[in-house]
Amino acid sequence: MPLLEMKNITHRFEGLCAVANFNFQLTQGELVGIIGPNGAGKTTVFNLITGVYRATEGSIFFNGDELVGKTPHQITKMGVARTFQNIRLFKELTVLDNVRTAYFGEATYSPLEALLHMGRYRREETKITERALELLSVFQLDNAASELAKNLPYGLQRKLEIARALATNPQLLLLDEPAAGMNPNEIKQLMDFIGWIRKTFRLTIILIEHQMRLVMGICERLVVLDFGATIAQGLPAEIKSNPKVLEAYLGEEAAK
Amino acid sequence: MADFYKNILERWQNISTHRFFWPVFFAAGLAFSIVASAFDILDLYLQLILIYVGINIILTVSLNLVNGYMGEFSIGHAGFMAIGAYTASLLTVNVFPAGALNYLFPLAIIAGGVAASVIGLIVAIPSFKTRGDYLAIVTLAFGMIVKSGLENIEVIGGPRGFLGMSKLTTLPWVFFWTVLSVWIIRNLVYSKFGRGVLSIREDEIASDLMSVNTRQVKIIAFVVSSFFAGVAGGLFAHALQFINPRMFDIIKSTDILIMVYLGGIASIAGSIIGAVIYTILLEILRPLGIWRMVLMPLMLVLLMIYRPRGIMGMREARFFVPLRDLLAAKLWKQKNKEAPDASA
Ligand SMILES: Nc1ncnc2c1ncn2[C@@H]1O[C@H](COP(=O)(O)OP(=O)(O)OP(=O)(O)O)[C@@H](O)[C@H]1O
Ligand SMILES: [Mg+2]
Repeated sequence: MPLLEMKNITHRFEGLCAVANFNFQLTQGELVGIIGPNGAGKTTVFNLITGVYRATEGSIFFNGDELVGKTPHQITKMGVARTFQNIRLFKELTVLDNVRTAYFGEATYSPLEALLHMGRYRREETKITERALELLSVFQLDNAASELAKNLPYGLQRKLEIARALATNPQLLLLDEPAAGMNPNEIKQLMDFIGWIRKTFRLTIILIEHQMRLVMGICERLVVLDFGATIAQGLPAEIKSNPKVLEAYLGEEAAK
Repeated sequence: MADFYKNILERWQNISTHRFFWPVFFAAGLAFSIVASAFDILDLYLQLILIYVGINIILTVSLNLVNGYMGEFSIGHAGFMAIGAYTASLLTVNVFPAGALNYLFPLAIIAGGVAASVIGLIVAIPSFKTRGDYLAIVTLAFGMIVKSGLENIEVIGGPRGFLGMSKLTTLPWVFFWTVLSVWIIRNLVYSKFGRGVLSIREDEIASDLMSVNTRQVKIIAFVVSSFFAGVAGGLFAHALQFINPRMFDIIKSTDILIMVYLGGIASIAGSIIGAVIYTILLEILRPLGIWRMVLMPLMLVLLMIYRPRGIMGMREARFFVPLRDLLAAKLWKQKNKEAPDASA
């Protein structure tokens, strides 16, 4: 059984067809890239998987369970986590609290126990705090634990966003243009980093990258979107020389 | 000289974060308020002002949970206060036996809180069904409905109001309820639900995607907030011994909003500061009469423009922060220093 299966997914925004009859399968452990020019529908695919939007048509299965119609927090609890194209940290919260927030789904204590700071609250909060700090230390962010997220430098904010996503204990991690705004050197580091978290946390990863060259190195398989439709998929080497893909990208270059 | 103050500050921080600070503070405060009201150490006028300060702290902290911590905009807090006030008053005047009132008073207050929170739940469910700014509109309408509803129920006095309450709201009771409200709301803030509330203000969609059940969290925050508005209403009714629907109109709601934004959003210490300053200011400005109605909303507008976060906005006094949260990073560092590994 594939880990994720998207069947005939179509999504329209008031007439605009952002994703058109999208079919996609993902096996446990894969690292797949989704590429495509601006406005191709890549982010929309992530929003459909994570329940931010409800697909107009089609089904999405994760470990065999239907995701369409579920709320984002339900889907997150099932094991899908993500980062955002434009960093969306909780800016005014500390680095530690950014991560601790993501343990919401896992903590089982009741509102009453929270109001009285009793019972499971004590045990679980101690554990959550420890685990959050442990996770931060893996990302070498533990020294910044009490800083506000907005005060971190850009690169660390990207890292924190990944750490926060991992706190939800996902099987599938969706990274939306994690290299945006980075220089070639930083991008190289990021790619190593992604390979490393993939191994360490045993993740399946879908990576959106706007720039084709970047994903070539680390993705095992690529899906190319243009105007919401899949125009090609396959090994990076095949994609590189696919005339349709070149055309889509050339078209974009020409439009600039 | 600077050293001297620094020393005192440090001492205070050590004391205020001590494990026994809260229990000792609570016992001492309660003892003082009992003695003060029993032996007339404070004159009655001063006692009444302190009672209002306490009630206003409860109102401010509870509204801050929704408007400050959660970043929603509720304008109907006085409506929930009214429900608590009328419920508690009806119980003490018409239901409870006169002989046992002193013992049953807490029950009346709790009943007022429960009534307000049930109505809060009814308001919250449709308001939080979708994202957006429905809450402001719904609570505005709610406040008006409560007021005109009360004006049209003759058995509780209609527009003339309701009286006959004994003066059951004493300084010790107010102290007790104020500390309890502050403690419970602070507990909520420093829990997974509190982090949920804060993350909703920061970015609701991101919050939901980080496993926060945003709808549940919003409803819990709103219901808890309404509960304490109801508690404050019950205390208010039995301090004044007379209530009418006009006391709980939009002006009262605006008063509470001002206290929240004056003291500072998302801050317990700020709520207390805001309530204390505003209550005292109101007393001083009482001779101005109707001009107050102009001055106070003006103050709210100016505050929101020039100091949108208030005096303590987004900051917290250390002694409101649970030790677990205060020391988390520090303890972690210590632990890591003890066991330096290869990665260091
Ligand atoms: N909420 C929305 N309402 C209306 N249209 C939208 C919405 N979100 C996206 N779109 C449109 O859907 C199309 C696909 O957008 P999407 O953000 O998925 O593209 P993308 O491939 O992620 O592009 P980029 O590389 O710029 O991030 C675009 O034409 C966009 O304008
Ligand atoms: Mg995008």
